[in-house]
Amino acid sequence: MPQTPVSFWDTPKFKRGLAKRRAAEWRFKLYGLIAMLIGLASVALLFVSITLNGVGAFWQTQIKLDIFFDPAEFSEENLQAANYGKLVKNTLYSHFPEVTKRKEKRQLSRIVSVGADIMVQKMVMAEPSLIGTTKSIWLPVDDVFDMLHKIDFGRDSSKGGSGLVSENQLKWFDSLVANGLIDSRFNRTYFTAGDSREPELAGLLGALMGSFYTILVTLLISFPVGAAAACYLEEFAPRNRFTDFIEININNLAAVPSVVFGLLGLAVFINFFGLPRSVPLVGGLVLSLMTLPTIIIAGRAALHAVPPSIREGALALGASKTQTVIQEVVPLAMPGMLTGTIIGIARALGETAPLLMIGMVAFIVDIPSGPLDPSTALPVQIFLWVDSPERAFVEKTSGAILILLAFLITMNIVAVWLRQKFERRW
Amino acid sequence: MNAWILIVVVLALSSLLYYVAKRRSLTIARSVGGIHRLHSAPRYYGIVAALLFAVPALVVLGLWISIDEGIIFRLVLAEYFPELDRESQVDIDWLTSQILIFAQTGRLGNVENAELLQLAAARYQHLTSLSQTLRNASVLALGSIAGFVFVLAISEKLRARPIAEGIIRGLMVFSSLIAIFTTVGIVLSVLFEAINFFQIVPVADFLFGLEWSPQIAIREDQVGSSGLFGSIPLFVGTILIAGVAMAVAVPVGLLSAIYLAEYASARIRSFAKPTLEILAGVPTVVYGFFAALVVAPYFADIGARIGLNIAHESALAAGVVMGIMIIPFVSSLTDDVMTAVPQSIREASLACGATHSETVKRVVFPAALPGIIGALLLAVSRAIGETMIVLMAAGLAARLTANPLESVTTVTVQIVTLLVGDQEFDNPKTLAAFALGLTLFVATLLLNVTALYIVRKYSEQYE
Repeated sequence: MPQTPVSFWDTPKFKRGLAKRRAAEWRFKLYGLIAMLIGLASVALLFVSITLNGVGAFWQTQIKLDIFFDPAEFSEENLQAANYGKLVKNTLYSHFPEVTKRKEKRQLSRIVSVGADIMVQKMVMAEPSLIGTTKSIWLPVDDVFDMLHKIDFGRDSSKGGSGLVSENQLKWFDSLVANGLIDSRFNRTYFTAGDSREPELAGLLGALMGSFYTILVTLLISFPVGAAAACYLEEFAPRNRFTDFIEININNLAAVPSVVFGLLGLAVFINFFGLPRSVPLVGGLVLSLMTLPTIIIAGRAALHAVPPSIREGALALGASKTQTVIQEVVPLAMPGMLTGTIIGIARALGETAPLLMIGMVAFIVDIPSGPLDPSTALPVQIFLWVDSPERAFVEKTSGAILILLAFLITMNIVAVWLRQKFERRW
Repeated sequence: MNAWILIVVVLALSSLLYYVAKRRSLTIARSVGGIHRLHSAPRYYGIVAALLFAVPALVVLGLWISIDEGIIFRLVLAEYFPELDRESQVDIDWLTSQILIFAQTGRLGNVENAELLQLAAARYQHLTSLSQTLRNASVLALGSIAGFVFVLAISEKLRARPIAEGIIRGLMVFSSLIAIFTTVGIVLSVLFEAINFFQIVPVADFLFGLEWSPQIAIREDQVGSSGLFGSIPLFVGTILIAGVAMAVAVPVGLLSAIYLAEYASARIRSFAKPTLEILAGVPTVVYGFFAALVVAPYFADIGARIGLNIAHESALAAGVVMGIMIIPFVSSLTDDVMTAVPQSIREASLACGATHSETVKRVVFPAALPGIIGALLLAVSRAIGETMIVLMAAGLAARLTANPLESVTTVTVQIVTLLVGDQEFDNPKTLAAFALGLTLFVATLLLNVTALYIVRKYSEQYE
């Protein structure tokens, strides 16, 4: 039997080439896997770091003080004028009889938040029968001690004496902790107060209400206008240059940077029409112009998905074109339109830059009670707090981000649910 | 009666009118021998009456609100401060704010002509309430006239449905025109202020100047009173940060899209794709926080350890985080165009003996290239228009450098910082922001149009 010639497929040269190609294949797949893992890791890192930083914001270190409301301190006619700070401080001093020097006393009193006297005042004003009794009250400690208690922040630097906390304060605070007078409790202030320079007194309610009014205005303007525009462009508009122009316009607007919308709001609504600065009404107007393209594009897609047979059926029964669209087509497209609207509104809720430019960045303590009151918004509040030097604001900021993300996730879940529940395959 | 109550009243009255008109059409129908004698269904008479009441009323209300305050202030100022220099917007703004504060709170700022101001505030209050009364009267009168004339005109021959449909269609056309109004508004507002700016600072100085230090003179004769408005450092900073961002987003986005589209199992794909897309839904202020408080300190720390001097507000940190933000734009658009490449082409390549990666690299990728380039251009446009990340994590000082470890500033940062706080529309500092806005708008527009053009012109059409 003659030996069969070695085929090309068995030559070492070919085998080397094949091994090389297989290695290249394997490497390429690995690169892709690594890239995807980097992407997923970024998501994880982002969420984990914010959550770890932020959960603490929902708790506040508080001190338990048994305050005796000495009737001698109060005058009948003017409860407001009583010296509430003195009540709080004296109760705190009573735990440390050895502290007598003026300077030391002042240091000791810094453990309690500067807002404590107003809290006690409010409590007495609401319930004057407290006078003459003793009541134990939980009051917030200063943010420096809050951080010390939660994450030991500032303890090391105190050894050098240059830190946030003095040696004495540390000693007193530790003894308060040892006596069980210090505890982490749910931070109600965070959800019921407006902004403050003091982290332990700062709350989100002002920003939440500001966002609420802004988004309300956005929704009231952008949904009807967007839905009507989508209907016209998809159902009525003749195909001509003019409607093409409108379409190109809408697509371009969807890609214009949000700062430019801020410039528009500033130049047109504030400078030209003379609307007030810093108010949710103007913020809502700017955001609705920004959201419109999203809603129109989603609305058109939803209308487009309704099969022509529905329209033809209605027309054949004698309905007019307008009747067909409004009574037959729009109800079928409504889930899709709403989904697009929710996604657009969710984006508007997280938008910051245009609001900065129309002045919604002021330091506002009062809680806005309408769309014409000056206010900030949730993302702007985050931006403002990031700039604050106090360590405690990092926690407050992350907490605010968690709340913002919770809103966004809820809205997106609702959008997905709407789509799955009402979506129809034709 | 304030504007909100007026709106509620208008809406209530117009729904009342709906019922009145509907009832009247029914009565008429009965008198002429049945409902089938009417031209339109009774509800159309109601709809037309309601719309005729509400639409003119709300239009007048909107116009009135948007212009009345300006006119009142002009009248008050002309009456009490006739010597006021018309040119000085600062004085006018200050006076109007003083009058407003006094009228609303009764508190007087630190002013010399307090008596005159009190008189002016009283006059302002008087005119405001007069304007409100006039407004309420005219809004309701106009609506009522239009609505009631229609109600009286109802007859069995009145073609109510076409009228109603005409009005509705008119409202729809108006809604779609808002998109054009917005574009025109952007272009005009930015262009107008930019032209004002270029009358103070020459275009060439702005476009080719190498130094950016926008300050305004407090005194006329101050040294360096003009400020320097050379925007090259801003453009370089913007491109540098966008470049870092793309250096992160392009490899990660492209490769993960390829992996997801070509290699990943259905289970991994159904988990990884939506997870990556979460990144697109996270608000930019959150990325800004992440960049400023997590990534930047970390980079500075690493730099200090290996002996590199990385600025705390380095372009690197802002760019990397921006890159993370852009990953989903690149990956999901790439994924879409790659899955759109027909399976038969892949199979042909595999049948010729190519490995899977060779197929991807030499067949699928080239076929999808126009779409991918379009996606990348959109991502670049997103990167240069991004504001919050750079505002929070990049610097404020304009520095002409290509070193990503240093701190640079960008066009968007400057727009925001120039405009936050008090601003007057007559100094170059404020106007410069609009000139920057114009360049930004034009640049993103060009990128978007080019992206669209490439996709349309070069992408293959498969059946």
